[in-house]
Amino acid sequence: MNTEVIIPLIIFLGVIFFIGFWSSKKIESSTGGFLQEYFLGGRELGGFVLAMTMVATYGSASSFLGGPGTAYTMGFGWVLLSMTQVVTGYFVLLVLGKKFAILARKYNAITLIDFLKVRYNSTAVVLLAAISMIIFLFSAMTAQWVGGSRLIESLTGMKYTTALFIFAVSVLVYVVIGGFRAVAVTDAVQGGVMVIGTLILLIAVIIAGGGVPNIMQDLLAENPRLLTPYGNEGNLSAAYVSSFWILVGVGVVGLPQMAVRAMSYKNTRSMHRALVIGTIVTGFIMLNMHLIGIFARPILPGVEIADTVIPLVTLKVLPAWLAGIVLAAPLAAIMSTVDSLLILVSSSIVKDVYINYIKPDASEKSIKRLSFGVTTLLGSIVFLLALNPPDLLIFLNLFAFGGLEAAFIWPVVLGLYWSYGNKYGAIASMITGIISYIALHFYNEAYGNLFGVHTVVLPIILSLLAYVAFSLTIRKTKYQF
Amino acid sequence: MDPRFKIAHREAWIGVGLAVVHFIWWFGFAYGLGSRPVEEYTYILGFPDWFFYSCIVGFILISITVIILAKYILKDVSFEEEGDES
Repeated sequence: MNTEVIIPLIIFLGVIFFIGFWSSKKIESSTGGFLQEYFLGGRELGGFVLAMTMVATYGSASSFLGGPGTAYTMGFGWVLLSMTQVVTGYFVLLVLGKKFAILARKYNAITLIDFLKVRYNSTAVVLLAAISMIIFLFSAMTAQWVGGSRLIESLTGMKYTTALFIFAVSVLVYVVIGGFRAVAVTDAVQGGVMVIGTLILLIAVIIAGGGVPNIMQDLLAENPRLLTPYGNEGNLSAAYVSSFWILVGVGVVGLPQMAVRAMSYKNTRSMHRALVIGTIVTGFIMLNMHLIGIFARPILPGVEIADTVIPLVTLKVLPAWLAGIVLAAPLAAIMSTVDSLLILVSSSIVKDVYINYIKPDASEKSIKRLSFGVTTLLGSIVFLLALNPPDLLIFLNLFAFGGLEAAFIWPVVLGLYWSYGNKYGAIASMITGIISYIALHFYNEAYGNLFGVHTVVLPIILSLLAYVAFSLTIRKTKYQF
Repeated sequence: MDPRFKIAHREAWIGVGLAVVHFIWWFGFAYGLGSRPVEEYTYILGFPDWFFYSCIVGFILISITVIILAKYILKDVSFEEEGDES
């Protein structure tokens, strides 16, 4: 691989590093207490940064590598599926909305679990939530690190270990010193890089393919099914594709890394702006990246490994230095997901477990030391695990997304809006969600998807039933918000 | 009840309603038009018609809707003043 590709990537890492360092200065001068500043950016995010940090946290390796690679193979059916994600842009903020922001301030909540703690007043809820979050997000994070390092490895020709080291150091330094604010501000820059990279590559690919009508003719000649919503072999059913409205659409409300952002904004004006920007940016990236995946097919036929479609087509249609800029986009997507998960898992350990149950009267100074320490330690453990990922971790990562949604969506959403929801409902809902998700996962692997829908659908319905049934039957009480 | 919650509840329902309409639009054009035989597809700006309406027009309409929502429908409330100084 030549140096012209590497230089823009190095500049990108340098800029991110500088911004992270710069935002760490804010922590010194904050007035609202260290915890709120370090783990929530002092609840001061404006509309643009809020929108970008939501998009960038949500958009990961799969939006830039795996997803477009699948669109390359499957055709328009997969682009249709990817567009179910546009809903996240407005749904999370509208549904958690102002009530979540108001209650989080009232409860003095810094983490999602703080909110659950006050709402349900139950140690079991807190521990259950914290443990599932730490385990699942930890695995998700490690998987993304592996993805990020593989990407650097394939672009630069460095050894995996070296690539992992560079990736780890560049993420860790700014997260540890800068906390949530550094994460959010670097996310904004990374989101910008994602948008610009998408736009450049889209134009280049359309030109290389001789215009959209021309590309359609090529696809039609190769396999007409590529142009249908049913996939290249006609096996993408309407029910299956629609069920992604839950997995990557409305269910995203239940993801802790998204929910915590819905309590970090400064005022309602920021929220309104973020709604608009978030929807447009999510749609722009998802639509165009997946179209690029399809358009790449006539230009570069016969790619076997889905994840390599985007890097290969970029290097083919763009001059090297521009390819470097475009390929910073998937790297940005991975970094911006990883940094958010890292600070979230760290907040859960420090705030939800340590301060809540081990040492409630810890001094500001020791909390500060602990927060830096835990974040660094977590990063180092992830680094070591990513060197040679254990099977258990890869296994847990399968449940990180849908499993967490099934566990959290009802305790959060109904906890916000339904007065009769109580801790028994919440506990039953979380346990039902996770267990039925894992059980159904094995069933679907063995016998094909039950009812033809994605694994996430039934556990979300079951956990809803559990929440309602247990709340109404065991010590039914009306909660005063 | 805190008067701000009334606004919040209304806006949460708007979110749910918008998602339902969005889904119907997306599903209707994708599978309504897309299930015809490929030979009958027409092409708009080069894209198959079902995809153009479902995903491209759908995305543009949703973007316009959220702009209108943010500008005219959603209300500003204060996070500081009303009784959360504890």
